[in-house]
Amino acid sequence: MSTKSKTKNNKDEGKRDFLMVSTYAMAGIGAASFAWPLIDQMNPAADTLALASTEIDLSSLEEGQAITVKWRGKPVFVRHRTAEEIKNAQEASIDDMRDPEKDSDRVTNEKYIVLVGVCTHLGCVPLGQKSGDVKGQYGGWFCPCHGSHYDHSGRIRKGPAPTNLAVPSYEFLSDTLIKIG
Amino acid sequence: MSKAKFKNPVVKWIDHRLPIFSFMDHELNHYPTPKNLNYFWNFGSLAGIALVTMIITGIVLSMNYTAHVDYAFDSVERIMRDVNHGWLIRYIHMNGASFFFIVVYIHIFRGLYYGSYKAPRELLWILGVLILLLMMATAFMGYVLPWGQMSFWGATVITNLFSAIPLVGESIVTWLWGGFSVDNSTLNRFFSLHFVLPFVIVGVVILHLVALHRFGSNNPIGIDVKGTQDTLPFNPYYTIKDLFGLGVFLTIFAAAVFFFPNFMGHPDNYIEANPMVTPAHIVPEWYFLPFYAILRAIPDKLGGVLFMFGSIAVLFVIPWLDRSSVRSSQFRPIFKIFFWILLADCVLLGYLGAMPAEGIYVILSRIATAYYFFHFLILFPLLPYIEKTKPLPISISEPVLSGSSPASAFAFREKK
Repeated sequence: MSTKSKTKNNKDEGKRDFLMVSTYAMAGIGAASFAWPLIDQMNPAADTLALASTEIDLSSLEEGQAITVKWRGKPVFVRHRTAEEIKNAQEASIDDMRDPEKDSDRVTNEKYIVLVGVCTHLGCVPLGQKSGDVKGQYGGWFCPCHGSHYDHSGRIRKGPAPTNLAVPSYEFLSDTLIKIG
Repeated sequence: MSKAKFKNPVVKWIDHRLPIFSFMDHELNHYPTPKNLNYFWNFGSLAGIALVTMIITGIVLSMNYTAHVDYAFDSVERIMRDVNHGWLIRYIHMNGASFFFIVVYIHIFRGLYYGSYKAPRELLWILGVLILLLMMATAFMGYVLPWGQMSFWGATVITNLFSAIPLVGESIVTWLWGGFSVDNSTLNRFFSLHFVLPFVIVGVVILHLVALHRFGSNNPIGIDVKGTQDTLPFNPYYTIKDLFGLGVFLTIFAAAVFFFPNFMGHPDNYIEANPMVTPAHIVPEWYFLPFYAILRAIPDKLGGVLFMFGSIAVLFVIPWLDRSSVRSSQFRPIFKIFFWILLADCVLLGYLGAMPAEGIYVILSRIATAYYFFHFLILFPLLPYIEKTKPLPISISEPVLSGSSPASAFAFREKK
């Protein structure tokens, strides 16, 4: 090294730095691309994603009754609402709601409300499907875990839940048959 | 550094090539330990023994357990009824978790009372908090494995905490679950992690011990060891003290395992998991209750989650929040009072976490949460400016021997 000129020396060091940086960069990219499959394997597998739709026959569901079906491992609530319940849901003022949404935006057929029965707070299943259940102050559903109250449209009215009960994507195949998912 | 002399030629031969015996002699036998340690210093070694107990019983349980949603609950019941001594092994493992937390919580409060987190032991403390976090993750995932109602809904509620993260929250929860709800993929990965994390804990415990042995134990009066007159060799003095403490601990532990094995559990967990029905009152295991109370005290989902994680995160920075140079509470009259208030506050939070989130309980939770953060974030940094500390003794020997000569202890050490 001592025999070489100073400029030559600097040039070599520059080359060496470039080699070092590019080696680290390639090693980093390599490590990251190898890590991705290991991380992504934890996401839902193809067979889990395939279990996507469920059909429900509503013909035996009388006014005021509700049924719970399993969709993607979660409960889905379907309630055949009474005229009074529909009226309540439609006339409630949405201005002071936490997650304002009109009832008409949440139903396809106003008689049937279809909801994912999972509290948007921390994932418990709210009560209100059975006739003896506590239904909360707004008569819809009540989550016993941390006290969230939902109304007849499944909208959050009181308690810690941040958003309304989710409406799954569904369609009416006939008047009394719906397909969820 | 004492040069170990071994008589046994085999030991000598090995030690010359792999100085494991010198190492043990140095760290476990001669290791100079402050001579004024009280029984609160037993809880470190007890925690180590609890960890080993959990690992041994856990490995044995895993030989009889099936990590599948259709078989998990039944395989645990089979362990309880059919596997030879299965009931005993499972009850030791189940109660062992609770006792591990009891021991570790006492260990932590010992550190808070005697200022064991202060320089130069900051990293020792941080490694300890890291162990606590790993223990919590391991205990949580272990509780899911029997696949009872509390297992399932505990897993649902805790994993849903991550959905509070803005934008990516939902994707993270789906990734944690490996599906759209807590299901078989979740159970499998929890089993895998529950198996491996204890060994990660062992690794961090080793680092914790390396950091401990760098400066040695703190002591009840919190002043530095000045020389050999202030210390005793670890063996036989503290090995025997630790063994006596272990005897007391095992007596209480055995009483729980044999006479009250389900006292700290929850009856709902003997009902198989049902994803369609949430139990009326979900509570986590008792050792999570204070944190659960903080979560519920905040009337906002993200806020609650941040405060809950913050309550542990704040522990990491305690060495820098406490500005006082005096370690032990014995010389800090005001700090000492607040220490007991903090302890009472944590017990109160634990009680509130078990109560329904309504009425007076919510208000009390908020007050107790506010105090918890006040204690660490405001009191710790500001108190040294107000508090007049008591004069510190000149050395550890001074209060212990109260004037008499430390020669006897000194002479004994020299003889060894």
